[in-house]
Amino acid sequence: MIHKLIRPVTYCVLLLVALLIVSPILFMVVGSFKPDALVFAEAGTWKAFFPETWTFQNYSDVFARVDFARFMLNSLLITGTVVGGGLVVNAFAAYALARLRWRGRETVLGAVMVLLIIPFEAIAVPLFFGASSLGWRDTFSVQIIPFIANPFSIYLFYTYFLGIPEELEEAARVDGAGLLRIFIEIIIPNARPAFASVAILTFLVQWGFFLWPLLVTTDEMVRPLPVAIAAFYTLPPLQWGDILAFAVMMVSPILLVFLIFQRWFIRSVASSAIKG
Amino acid sequence: MNGLHKVAMIDDKNAAYFFVAPALVGLILFIAVPFVLAVLLSVTNLHLGSPLPLEFVGLDQYRAAFADPEFQHALSNNFLFVVFVVPVQTALALFLALLVNSKIRGSVLYRIIFFMPVVFPMSLLAVVWILIYAPGPQGIMNSFLQFVSLGLWQPRDFLHDPQFALPAIMLMSIWQGTGFQMVIILAGLQSIPGQLYEAAALDRAGNWSQFWHVTLPQLRATLIFVVLLTTILAFRLFDQVQIMTHGGPNNATTTVMFEAVRTVFERQQVARGAAITVIFFVIVLVITLLQRRTMRNSGGAMR
Repeated sequence: MIHKLIRPVTYCVLLLVALLIVSPILFMVVGSFKPDALVFAEAGTWKAFFPETWTFQNYSDVFARVDFARFMLNSLLITGTVVGGGLVVNAFAAYALARLRWRGRETVLGAVMVLLIIPFEAIAVPLFFGASSLGWRDTFSVQIIPFIANPFSIYLFYTYFLGIPEELEEAARVDGAGLLRIFIEIIIPNARPAFASVAILTFLVQWGFFLWPLLVTTDEMVRPLPVAIAAFYTLPPLQWGDILAFAVMMVSPILLVFLIFQRWFIRSVASSAIKG
Repeated sequence: MNGLHKVAMIDDKNAAYFFVAPALVGLILFIAVPFVLAVLLSVTNLHLGSPLPLEFVGLDQYRAAFADPEFQHALSNNFLFVVFVVPVQTALALFLALLVNSKIRGSVLYRIIFFMPVVFPMSLLAVVWILIYAPGPQGIMNSFLQFVSLGLWQPRDFLHDPQFALPAIMLMSIWQGTGFQMVIILAGLQSIPGQLYEAAALDRAGNWSQFWHVTLPQLRATLIFVVLLTTILAFRLFDQVQIMTHGGPNNATTTVMFEAVRTVFERQQVARGAAITVIFFVIVLVITLLQRRTMRNSGGAMR
């Protein structure tokens, strides 16, 4: 008797939770296409999800009120460089730690494990004053360079590289391949999941990074999206339709990438957490 | 992790230094040095704009921070956050992971939906949820609560109500973070050997009994890990507070990180702010060491 009920109950619960999780997102998307005045007025009614009139006005308003394209390009530039640079720099370091013999290897490995513990928030204050005294505020570099070397990425690569059979590299060495060639032709193709994980995790963190750009940017020319949306919310007049349109445009690229590569996203988040 | 592996390491020192140098320089300049500076700053009296000469003051800044009611409030808010959010979120994530893991149609779709809020930048969600928490009967949260309470709910101005502001931020954080934990727990669930369930089924163990005697003990390490990870995240709480309430009303939502930023950038008390970040670091350190210990003790359970 009870067994027969479990299945339908499971479906109902799943559907209910899914609705609760999706509704704020749906509200955001639908609201961005509603006439500005109605977004707030109808927020508590069914019309928040099923509007009577649709409009693109909010989207053109965003472009008229702020330089949205600039913020998007800034975010793409900063995130892209940190992800790309991080993949190269951290994978190289991890390879040296996992496969090469050199003085100080154990020390550096230990240091990486220690630095892994320090959250960014704990070093933000001195980093800010260091950057300020170098005249580094309101630049792209101050948002990029400090975040390329990452102990967590090194650790992820390191554990993955240890699991790659050494015979592959030995064979290449016998053929006379140099280290750089071994790295490119053997390590990279055999460690794709590690590269994907590091890329995805860095991307997620960097795309949403708020505290640091809030501290170091006052100039809109270098301002990334997370700070820009907070600033847009405080920019009078308060027009919720515009804010929601801003939010939808801000999240669409990442949502698109997530929906295409969802399997990889979920796998890298799960594996990173378990290994970290 | 402890260099246990025996590798035929390649002897190429120059290449090794060439490979490791860029990362090493970055780690030293942008993590190690600032961290040492934070500790050094915290034992001085540095206060921007103050005419006093720079002095070593020992642990005075720490004493002053702990004696400050505002910082005490921040600490207790972070602890409240841990006490409420961590158990609720973990239980919810476990529940969802179990549902998604059972053989049902569309489980991939549900997994995607539950995980979706995780990819949203927190600052964006904070702004959108200000609208969701809008005061008055038109506010979406207010009208939702009125609907489910059959009209008993009195509309609130959540983010300006000292009683409701922190719970409002907690609810939003649970909504955002549950999918993250669910995914980790799901990976834990999928690594439980199927034979254990087969054996339990042979013993005529029912669903509940299997859950208590197979699933939970096998998930122990994963759950401890998730709890400690979420605890660390709870102590890092900043974005939502900065955007949604700015610590208010009446410090009802201030947090340790928010206090650190406010102390340094609004009051120019650099040394005090540095001391607060060091306190924050010590909290994170203790939790991380606990985490590493449980992972080592559980050995095989955590892949």
